[in-house]
Amino acid sequence: MAVETRNAAPDVQQKSPAVQEASMGGRRDKIGRVVAFVALLIMALIWLVPLAWAVDTSIKPESDTTAVPISWISSTFTLDAYKQIFAASSMLRWFFNSALTSVIVTAVVLVLASLAAYAFSRVPFRGRGVLFWVILAGLMIPPQMLIIPLFSEMQMFGFLNTYQGIILPQIASPLALFILKQFFDGIPQELEDSALVDGASRLRIYWQIWLPLARPAMAAVAIFTFVLSWNYFIWPLVVITSTDMMTIPLGLATVQSAYGIHYAQIMAAAVIGGLPLLIIFMFFQRQIVEGIANTGLKG
Amino acid sequence: MAVQQSSRQAPLKRGTRAEGTGTRWRDELIGWGFVAPFLVAYAIFLIYPVLRMFEMSFTYNSLVGAGGSQFLGLANYKELFSDPAFWSSLWHTALFTILSTPPLVIIALVFAMLTNRIRFAQWFFRFTFFAPFILPVSVAALIWIWLYQPGFGLISSYLGVIGLGNVGWLTDANVAMISIVIMTVWWTVGFNFVLYLAGLQEIPRELYDAAAVDGATPLAQTRWITIPLLKRTTILVLTLQILASLKVFDQIYIMTYGGPNFSTRPVIEYFYDQGFTNYRVGFASAVSAVFFFVILAASVAWFMYSNRREAA
Repeated sequence: MAVETRNAAPDVQQKSPAVQEASMGGRRDKIGRVVAFVALLIMALIWLVPLAWAVDTSIKPESDTTAVPISWISSTFTLDAYKQIFAASSMLRWFFNSALTSVIVTAVVLVLASLAAYAFSRVPFRGRGVLFWVILAGLMIPPQMLIIPLFSEMQMFGFLNTYQGIILPQIASPLALFILKQFFDGIPQELEDSALVDGASRLRIYWQIWLPLARPAMAAVAIFTFVLSWNYFIWPLVVITSTDMMTIPLGLATVQSAYGIHYAQIMAAAVIGGLPLLIIFMFFQRQIVEGIANTGLKG
Repeated sequence: MAVQQSSRQAPLKRGTRAEGTGTRWRDELIGWGFVAPFLVAYAIFLIYPVLRMFEMSFTYNSLVGAGGSQFLGLANYKELFSDPAFWSSLWHTALFTILSTPPLVIIALVFAMLTNRIRFAQWFFRFTFFAPFILPVSVAALIWIWLYQPGFGLISSYLGVIGLGNVGWLTDANVAMISIVIMTVWWTVGFNFVLYLAGLQEIPRELYDAAAVDGATPLAQTRWITIPLLKRTTILVLTLQILASLKVFDQIYIMTYGGPNFSTRPVIEYFYDQGFTNYRVGFASAVSAVFFFVILAASVAWFMYSNRREAA
């Protein structure tokens, strides 16, 4: 505010020092950018050390891992820890379990939430205001708090220790619905109206107009649903009882007690467990970051 | 088909909905039809469990025992409120929230402001700060358990220089919570960072140029342009962060199992222990019911506060 009022009274005599200031500001800006860059570089290194150390440990011979003083470079480079992890644990099976359940959860969440979001945004049916508030209230309920009634429900259905058991409680996502509705609300009504005039059915409008338009929002919802589901810990912890049905986060948490103090192996397991999502992230960095930013900010 | 018929009859009126009873009726049917699949899932996996949680909290109930439950009235709640372990677990959750929220917000803001300032390699910093957030909790926890090893752990080795070589990062009751907070900052700050970065990119550059022409120092620009214009983002980040911190469980469960000597056990782990270790389902439901109201109260209070702030 102060900036504008001062700018509002331009003065010929004051202009030249102002321009001088600006060019000085330009130089100061450059220095500022260099300082920012150096500070960031230091912080980034600190942020990368844990990851680098995990990888480094995983390729050391087991006997080198507890050597004091610590060293980044070990006597020999070896992939033994990885071989042992793949041989002795159910890592591949856990991957499969995680991938299967997360993909299904994501697909079902997208279908259910986008259909409902479209109706809430565009179809004037009776009771939708109240209904929407009921669903919004669900945003406030931490899913962790429901694991006991959900457990007894799954017990009743006979879904304990099954894929259905992992998947079902995750399919109704008020957050996904909320984000998609916000997005639909931002699209001009005229599009819908002209399609209706042309005689298209609601289902066709939803399928041929809204879904393609909503692609960025759908992608964002898909990505965060997938990541949340892949990383979901407490529910699989409760509903899964056998090693071969575990998901990656759950299986890895047991690796520690299973392998005792074999740090190279534990770190190898951690690296394998973290890698797939990191690779996905590397490829879709832009979409992921923008998706989170957009959906988060428009909320 | 039917739609095509009627639209051919009255093409111009279709745009203004709610005309004619046929359209109305169809809208009702379509609306509820589209909402129905979500609603059914929502009812079975959210509404019913919430109601069941409250119902169970008034009973004696065991997950393993077959057969019915016994109505206890408020006995579970009475026992809960007189259990010091419950209050201390609630305090640990509060403590974690108090300790983790400021660094998670401030560091995110500083990183975002710095990243927004530089002209190249932005993607590298975005990747570096956000990447840990993508990791499953067990991966992050395993890495930090390893880093925190006393003696031959990386942190002990490096901090040995300043005399912190023998700190029991996860085994000393006075330090363990701080260690958990540090790990959590590393793991999740990237999410807030991304939100702030997006908020910063919406601020027009001209504002800064104008301020620079007027001789405003970078510090003044931050104080009078950046921070005020980021108010909405800050409220969002704070809201999400407080709610997330209150729900802490995963990393503590893996790294310390609430220890040493229950010094880090958050309320959700207390609830988990009661329900799935002691099989006291009714009692655990009472815990979750109480915590549900704590979160509700916190949300409402925060909502009212931030609304007032936003209006001011």
